[in-house]
Amino acid sequence: MEGAENAFKVRLSIRTALGDKAYAWDTNEEYLFKAMVAFSMRKVANREKTEISHVLLCNVTQRVSFWFVVTDPSEKHTLPAVEVQEAIRMNRNRINNAFFLNDQTLEFLKIPSTLIPPTDPPVPIWIIIFGVIFCIVIVAIILLILSGIRQRRRKDKGPSEVDDTEDKCENTITIENGIPCDPLDTKGGHVNDAFMTEDERLTPL
Amino acid sequence: MALAPGPDLLGDGSGDERPKWDNKLQYLLSCVGFAVGLGNIWRFPYLCQTYGGGLGCFTVSSLIGIYYNTVLTWVLWYLLNSFQNPLPWSACPPDRNLTGFVEECQRSSSVSYFWYRQTLNVTADINDSGSIQWQLLVCLVASWAIVYLCIIRGIETTGKAIYFTALFPYLVLTIFLIRGLTLPGATEGLTYLFTPKMQILQNPRVWLDAATQIFFSLSLGFGGHIAFSSYNPPRNNCKKDAVTIALVNSMTSLYAAIIVFSVLGFKAANDHGRCLDRNILSLINAFDFPDQSISRDDYAAVLAHLNVTQPERVAGLGLESCHLEDFLDKSASGTGLAFIVFTEAILHMPGAPGWAVLFFGMLFTLGLSSMFGNMEAVITPLLDMGVMPRWVPKEVLTGVACLSCFLASIHFTLHSGNYWLEVFDRYAASLNLVIFAFLEVVGIVYIYGMNRFCDDVAWMTGRRPSLYWRVTWKVVSPLLLLTIFVAYIALLARAPPSYRAWNPQYDQFPTQQENVYPGWVQVTCMLLSFLPVLLVPAVALAQLLVRHRRKKKAALQDMHLKPQDSGAC
Repeated sequence: MEGAENAFKVRLSIRTALGDKAYAWDTNEEYLFKAMVAFSMRKVANREKTEISHVLLCNVTQRVSFWFVVTDPSEKHTLPAVEVQEAIRMNRNRINNAFFLNDQTLEFLKIPSTLIPPTDPPVPIWIIIFGVIFCIVIVAIILLILSGIRQRRRKDKGPSEVDDTEDKCENTITIENGIPCDPLDTKGGHVNDAFMTEDERLTPL
Repeated sequence: MALAPGPDLLGDGSGDERPKWDNKLQYLLSCVGFAVGLGNIWRFPYLCQTYGGGLGCFTVSSLIGIYYNTVLTWVLWYLLNSFQNPLPWSACPPDRNLTGFVEECQRSSSVSYFWYRQTLNVTADINDSGSIQWQLLVCLVASWAIVYLCIIRGIETTGKAIYFTALFPYLVLTIFLIRGLTLPGATEGLTYLFTPKMQILQNPRVWLDAATQIFFSLSLGFGGHIAFSSYNPPRNNCKKDAVTIALVNSMTSLYAAIIVFSVLGFKAANDHGRCLDRNILSLINAFDFPDQSISRDDYAAVLAHLNVTQPERVAGLGLESCHLEDFLDKSASGTGLAFIVFTEAILHMPGAPGWAVLFFGMLFTLGLSSMFGNMEAVITPLLDMGVMPRWVPKEVLTGVACLSCFLASIHFTLHSGNYWLEVFDRYAASLNLVIFAFLEVVGIVYIYGMNRFCDDVAWMTGRRPSLYWRVTWKVVSPLLLLTIFVAYIALLARAPPSYRAWNPQYDQFPTQQENVYPGWVQVTCMLLSFLPVLLVPAVALAQLLVRHRRKKKAALQDMHLKPQDSGAC
């Protein structure tokens, strides 16, 4: 049967999939395989009468690999490969689960498996994280700019405010021509900032 | 009685003092952060593996600032994509019929596909610009915003940010060191790193590459170090600082090489194991041996036995040759190391998303601290030259600088952006910096005068520089720089400049196709290489002319005054 027109080769890698819990491949497992194939064929239109005895296995090797073919009820002709392929593809998941295997460890050569479509979340994760980081950065920039503006406004207002409070100041620094004789003492008393500006160096008499 | 002018009032009439570092640590960290950049991580280990001027500076720094941030953009994109399990570059996406994987991905690898197609969406030719990759544009905006946030008030803000951006990479490197050394295969990688290959060491190209690497690694010639140092107090032990920065930079490169090579050793061992597994599977399937009957250790013996008994069948299988050295030899540097080799290695580590976040976070902070230096080298000259009127706050100046650099760097988010980045990296950065450094050394030692300079250093540090410094400044450094320059020119002149293109239609794909740059791109390369350098003689000429005209004017005025004087008597 090997290489026959409607025959398919199957390869199982039980040890790879299950490691220590691997089961041995014997005639009972073959019976289960035939049952699964017959079950898959029964789901196809016009093939509801497929029996387990219609599925033939041969060339079972140590690898574990074998060939199988499905015959019609008369047992004279084999079913076309396209139908068998279609049936297996539709029920691939059930067949895999019966043997605790997956698409890679239970291979039907010549029958491509349907890949899982990619599950894209509605909003990609990177956009969410980007949004968080960007908002933090913008808020920080605005805060820094505002604090810079406030600092500058305080610096500008500083000398002009002290001008108004000049009369209230209890300043005992001796003054001559508007320039204090003592060096500016910032440690004690009120410092009259008005006298620090260079404009006042020469006061009109 | 006038107030004695103190040091604060010198030069700045409006009361705006020159900013100062909060402490010495901030200065050192900034210089180290500036010097220690992406190159320490991905260029130095590559070299180990294969063998064993102020307007010009400003131009170069601007050019580099423009494209360097594009690399940060890519790193940010990968960082944002690392917060998911499984990582997006771990598997190929299925094609439209869901029967197999996308062909381009299948032929190359899932990591290469994610880099070239899903990140860059690269075209096959530099002429074919394509459109803007909007994901990269969005990340570019974010990374320029982060840079602006950190340099908004000059060193006042960078000084704070540098604590994190300069120290975090060392923390991550240490974590990777512990993880890397415990991975299987790490020892092979480290042996490979430290075993010198004597015949390769005799190749002069090795030493040339070593010299260029240490030169570029220290980030000299940008004006960044000059800018940072200008914020130090005048009496500063600059000799100790220079030695510290150079030592820390080299130690970091070595440290990074150890880590990179343990991870590469792990990856090579992994790839070797999988190569063996593929061969074993072919043998098992062809000869119908029981599943898992041949272990990796038995493979050689079984293959030898089969070669004797059934040589034709074995030959017909097309088995690959699996040697560990071949996998270790697969060298990569630059973007190849970070985005392809390392990302693949991370996939095989348990807890992959965490490692990816750490790795790309480290790369981002490394690049960020280098960007501080770059932007400082651009903004400090602008501030000192008084380009903007005094009442304009510094935040606006830095904002304008960042905005213009951002607009210029949009070009790199096009589909051909990667090729343009290579052009900038190869031509804007290399020759100019070597020439500037050469001119700086020669200018100070021969024109300003060695004795005058030694006096200045003695005033700053308290001691005259020793014979070692004088000999290196006078002879060794200029000679080395000249050699590097001549060698570079010779290499460039040997063949027409070409680049490697990612072309899925190429018959030898996934090997990259070697294309020659079209004429107009070659002209751009020339301009990038020589325009900044030409600014040096241009400005010198301009200053000469101005001085000449001033002298003439002074001479004319003298002539007019003399007859009047005699008349007044």
